[in-house]
This record gives sequence, C-alpha cells and structure tokens, in this order.
Amino acid sequence: MSRAEPRAGQPGPPPAGDATGGRTDTGADAGVVAGPATGPAAGPVAVRAPRPGWTLGLFRSELVTVFRRRRTQALFAVLAGVPLLVGIAVRIETRNGGSLGGGGRGDGGPAFIEQVSNNGLFLTFAGLAATLPFFLPMAVGVVAGDSIAGEANAGTLRYLLVAPAGRTRLLVAKYVSVLAFCLAATLVAAVSALIVGFALFPVGDVTTLSGTSISLSAGMARALLIALLVAASLVGIGALGLFISTLTDSGIGAMATTVGLLITVQIVDSFPQLHVVQPYLFTHYWLSFADILRDPVSWTGIGKNLGLQALYAAVFGSAAWARFTSRDITA
Amino acid sequence: MAPIQPARYDDEDVPGSGRGRRAARYAVPVAVAGVAAATISLVPALADSGNPSLPSITVEQLLTKIAASHTDAVDGTVKITTDLGLPSQITGAGGAMFGGPASVGRGPGRGGDSPAAPQSQLTQLLAGTHTLHVAADGPDRQKISILESAAEYSVIHNGAQLWAYDSASDQAYHQTLPQDARDRQDTQPPGGVPATPQDAARQILKAADGTASITVDRTARVAGHDAYGLVVTPQHADTTTVGSIHIAVDARTGVPLKVTVTPRGGGKPVFDVGYTKVSFSAPSASTFTFTAPKGVKVTEGGSRTGHEGTAPTPQDHMNGKDAQPTVLGKGWDSIAVVTTPAGVSSGSDQAGKQFKDRAHGAQSLMNSFGKPVTGAFGTGTVFHSRLVNALLTDNGTLYVGAVTQSALTDAANAAAK
Repeated sequence: MSRAEPRAGQPGPPPAGDATGGRTDTGADAGVVAGPATGPAAGPVAVRAPRPGWTLGLFRSELVTVFRRRRTQALFAVLAGVPLLVGIAVRIETRNGGSLGGGGRGDGGPAFIEQVSNNGLFLTFAGLAATLPFFLPMAVGVVAGDSIAGEANAGTLRYLLVAPAGRTRLLVAKYVSVLAFCLAATLVAAVSALIVGFALFPVGDVTTLSGTSISLSAGMARALLIALLVAASLVGIGALGLFISTLTDSGIGAMATTVGLLITVQIVDSFPQLHVVQPYLFTHYWLSFADILRDPVSWTGIGKNLGLQALYAAVFGSAAWARFTSRDITA
Repeated sequence: MAPIQPARYDDEDVPGSGRGRRAARYAVPVAVAGVAAATISLVPALADSGNPSLPSITVEQLLTKIAASHTDAVDGTVKITTDLGLPSQITGAGGAMFGGPASVGRGPGRGGDSPAAPQSQLTQLLAGTHTLHVAADGPDRQKISILESAAEYSVIHNGAQLWAYDSASDQAYHQTLPQDARDRQDTQPPGGVPATPQDAARQILKAADGTASITVDRTARVAGHDAYGLVVTPQHADTTTVGSIHIAVDARTGVPLKVTVTPRGGGKPVFDVGYTKVSFSAPSASTFTFTAPKGVKVTEGGSRTGHEGTAPTPQDHMNGKDAQPTVLGKGWDSIAVVTTPAGVSSGSDQAGKQFKDRAHGAQSLMNSFGKPVTGAFGTGTVFHSRLVNALLTDNGTLYVGAVTQSALTDAANAAAK
C-alpha cells in the first residue's frame, strides 16, 4: 500500500515559466525538467493556467498508480478466473453430450449459459453476465472507494494537493482512472472468456436470442459492443464510489460502503413489491446488454441504462466535487 | 499540522466565505438530480399525451375502417399487461437476483414437455407485464417473440413450418402444420393469447356485435400515431365482470393499436395490450427463417391432422374453432364448461387450464387460493380473479367465464338438475 513508489512518477511543479506551452505528449517529464528553471514567483500564475501537458501527466500518473497496484492485478486475476471456472464447469457437465441442468429452463445459472456448449463465443456473454452483477462492480467499488479516501488514509492526499494540481483536476483525474479501470476490468473478463470459450467449445455462426443466425465475425463485433456496454454500465457505481470516497478518510470504510450499497441495491432490485423505485437503481438495466443479441436489436433498455449511468455520474460526480472542493484536508 | 484549507488551488477566483459557498456547491448535484427527475417524469407524459385533433368520425365509419385495414405486414413492439389480481404464488412473480433470467409467471406446462413448446410458454402472458416483438408479412409468415431478461422466446410461423426457439434453455420446437390448419390461420400469429392489439380487437368486436354499445371516445396518441378511440360497453349482460373495453385505432390505417379491458368493479385495467412502436412495412425475410443451430435439441411436435390429433394446440383454443367446450349462455355472460376426464387437460380457457394444472399438483395451494363452495352440484372450488372466474367441481367439471362467481354456481346448479 505504499504510495511512495508509484508517486515517484508524479510530475513536479508545473513548467509555468515555459512560454512554449502546448506540448501535450511530454507531460510528467516536461514538468520535471522544466521545473527547476521556473522562478518561484511564477508559481501562483501557473495555478491559474496549467498547460494541457500537465493535466495529461496527472492523468497518466493516476492511471499508473491504479494499474501498478498488486490489488488491481489481483482483481484482474479474479475477473479472468471467473469465465475460466464457468467454462470448465460447463465443459465437464456437457462432456458426454448431455445438456446442462437436465434440459430445463436455465433458471439457475447466469444468462446464456445454455448456449455455451454449442458455441464458445457465448462464454463471453455468459462470463460478462456472471461477473457483471457482482465481481465487476465490486472491483470498481474497491478502486473508486479507495481513490480519495485511500490517499487520505495513507497521508498522501495533502502532498498531492501541495503539488498545484487543483482539487477539481485531481478529482477528475481520479474519476478518469476509475473509468479506465472499468473498461480494463471488463475487457479482462471478456478476453479471458473469449480465449477459454474458443479453446474449450466449438465455434461457429451465432444464433441470436430471436433465433436468427449471424456470422461469427458479426457475433464478435457484437461481443465487443457488449463489452463496451458492460464497461459503461459501471460508470454509475464508479461515480458513487468516488463520492463516498470523498466523505471519509478511511479507504477500507469507503470500499466497504460502496460494495455494501451495491449489494443493498441488488436486493432492492429483486423485490417485485419495490418496483416503483427499481427503474432508478443503477443496477436495474444492467442486463440490457443482452438486447444486443436480439434481432432486431432492441435499443430501449440500452438507452435507459446509458442514460441512468450518465445521470448517476452527473449527480454523484458533482456531489463528490462539492464535497471534495469544500472540505478540509487533514490527512 | 494545520489542515489544508479548501479551494486554495481551485479554479475559482472568488474567495469563498465559509459555509455559504460550501452549501452552494451542493446545489449542483441537487440541481442535476432535480432536472433529471423532472425530465424523467415529464417527457414520457408529453410524448404520448394530448388529444390530436382529427376529423370527427362516426362509429360505423370507424368500424368500417378497422375492417378494411390491411395489416398483412407489421413490425412492432407490443406491451402486454395482465393484472388479474391473482396471488403471486400462482403467477410465480419474482426474478432471479444475480443475473439469471427472470422466471416471471412461467406457465406450468405439461409434464415432460419441451420448454420450447408453445403450450408451456405462452401461458406466462397471463400474468404481469411482457414486451413482445411482433413481425408479420402476409398470412403465411409471422413471428412473435417474448422478450425476457437476457433471453427470448420466439414462435416463428413460415408457411407449413412452425418453429419455436427458447434461448433460455437453448431448445427448439418444430411442428409441420397441416393444410387445413394453414388455411384457417388467418393472420393470427400462432399464439395462445391475443398477442397483438389487432387480435384482441378482432375478438372483442366479434363478441360485441349486437351485444354491446359502441361509442367513439376521445382521440389519443399511441406509439407515435394519431388514433381514434372506441369504447365497447357490454349491454344486456348482468353477470359479466367486463366493465368496458377501450380500443385505440390508428387514424391513418385503421389498425387497432391498443386495447384496454377495465373490469366492472373499476380499478386498474385488467388487460392491456398495445403497440409501443409499430411500422406497417414488411420486415426483412430473414426474420422468418429459422434453422436449428448445431447442437440445439429440437422437439418435434408431430404433424397434426385435424382435431383427432394428439394434443390440442393453443391455436385451436383461441381461434374459437375448437368444438370441445360447451358454452352456456350468450355473449358476455357466456360460460365455458369443460369436462375433464382423468387428468387430460383440454380446457378451452388458458387461465382455467393453468388453475387446473396447478390444482392437480398443489392441494394446499388450492385450498389457500380457491374458495370451497357447495350447491346442488355437490362441492367444488371457486377460483376468483379480477376478470375471469372459474369453478372446478369435485367431479371434474370446470366452469369458466368472465362472469361473477354466483353466475358460475348458478350454472353448475342448473346443470345438476
């Protein structure tokens, strides 16, 4: 959990005195090199007009911080392992040509599980359907919940703010790194499922949910679209986690609250009696990614899902901003 | 260590004076949430609201318009809501929590049947809200898909072939339709329940002929189309539970777009079927082709040759051409009587069939749900819902109708004499 090592890549003071602003690709290095040449008097000016390069450097450093962590890599390993386990289980179950679950409706397992033994590509969909309800949002909750509170807990937040990054920019950088993690985590699960599916099962033309057939390449394109939709489904809980993270100085507390909230919302979403509130829960339209596999594709649920995620991002993102820019940083 | 004060490096120039500014920042998320809430509640209300001004029309003209409507080609999304007021144990409401396909209102089916068989699937339309995709191109090619959570159940009729594919179990059902069945298919898609507003309107207007008052109602917008309203109120029917039926008819094409059945007792509509999106251009031909994918288990339904064939299919029941049930009374007060020997279910009414199947399996459930009654016919159990009532006597006769419970017991008493 040492923040010192990853923070080594953190840019130094901004190259404010450098009149040739606009270098965008040199980010952190430019800062370090140009830093000493900058007169101390230029400092306050730099705060008001940071260069794009400096902002990019901040994002890059945040990304490196997130992805270099052992914890992140462990989460990736879990996400890659779930499709592997599902694939092996289905393979063993259907080894002798038998069908899954005695041929009944697949009410027990994740969606698409019945199709996996006939077409390995469906393991991608089944893997995402299996990880989306819990594993993926849990991983996002851990990363998002830790983003601010973890820094505060480790005592590094004040140092981050000493570097004249600006609180808003730091918050945006944190959220962007969370979003990048959403995408990366989804792709890890999807690619793992794709490899396992192609290795263990026959692959061919894809039968849509509506019974029509599309070619394998079209099916792969839809799989990519589904992965992107699943990643977008995590935007809401990312913003929620970021907001919770700004409320506390305890990284563990923020993670636990975010994941606890996720479970609560999932439970509320499963009670038919609470149907009035369910359309407003960020988990409610998560499975809408399956609509991509219909023929014709039904965009209604997908649109609702994306709109809801954008709404959560806007509400909790701005709430995080309101909280983070107005509170005292004591740690 | 002095705390680092907020907003020192922030983009804003105005130095804040403590609390007021902090509070002001929280106005942003609140405002975003407020605007979103307002948008969510107002936009759908605006989209399908208003009463478009259409040239006035008489009932006769409107009925002629409906009769003349060409609905050969249709491609749309249908929403069906059925609220019979049944306890949730019966309808099996509730969904799987962690990503499993929701099993809302799944019909019991017959023992050992393929999960892809239409008989075991279409009964689920009798409870809850379902979204269907309906496509048709002429009398020979129709497709109905029940959109479920991450799954879909499709019935595809193409010429002599009837396919059904259930993506949740990845199983298919196939049946070759005999010639006479094809001839009497009309444009009715192979479904057990009136799955489209056209079907529902056709059945209702047929039943309403001479037994109900039909009036023109206010205009409305349905699925983005201007529509005339039509209200059917049963008349000369004392015991029916049907209050009124509202039909929205597309002003341009005369196609019924929405049918709403309100029970006599008032309250929420008991049955509501309407397009949420519809186009009257022919769907692509690939919609109606189905080739069983490799590895998919296909259950052959066998080819039927008329009524003496094996199991009666939903088409028989709902087309009203199945001669099996005796009908007592006329019009809205009519009661279907089904004698059910030795557990072979051949009920005309899907609801009754569902009750009966359940009743065989779950005696305790029947006792908690049904109400025991006695009369000249002996003893029996009355099953009550907001629209359809059923009486199952202990000697195996089932009385079903959209009539009051006392009408059922009266009919049973009369039959016992």
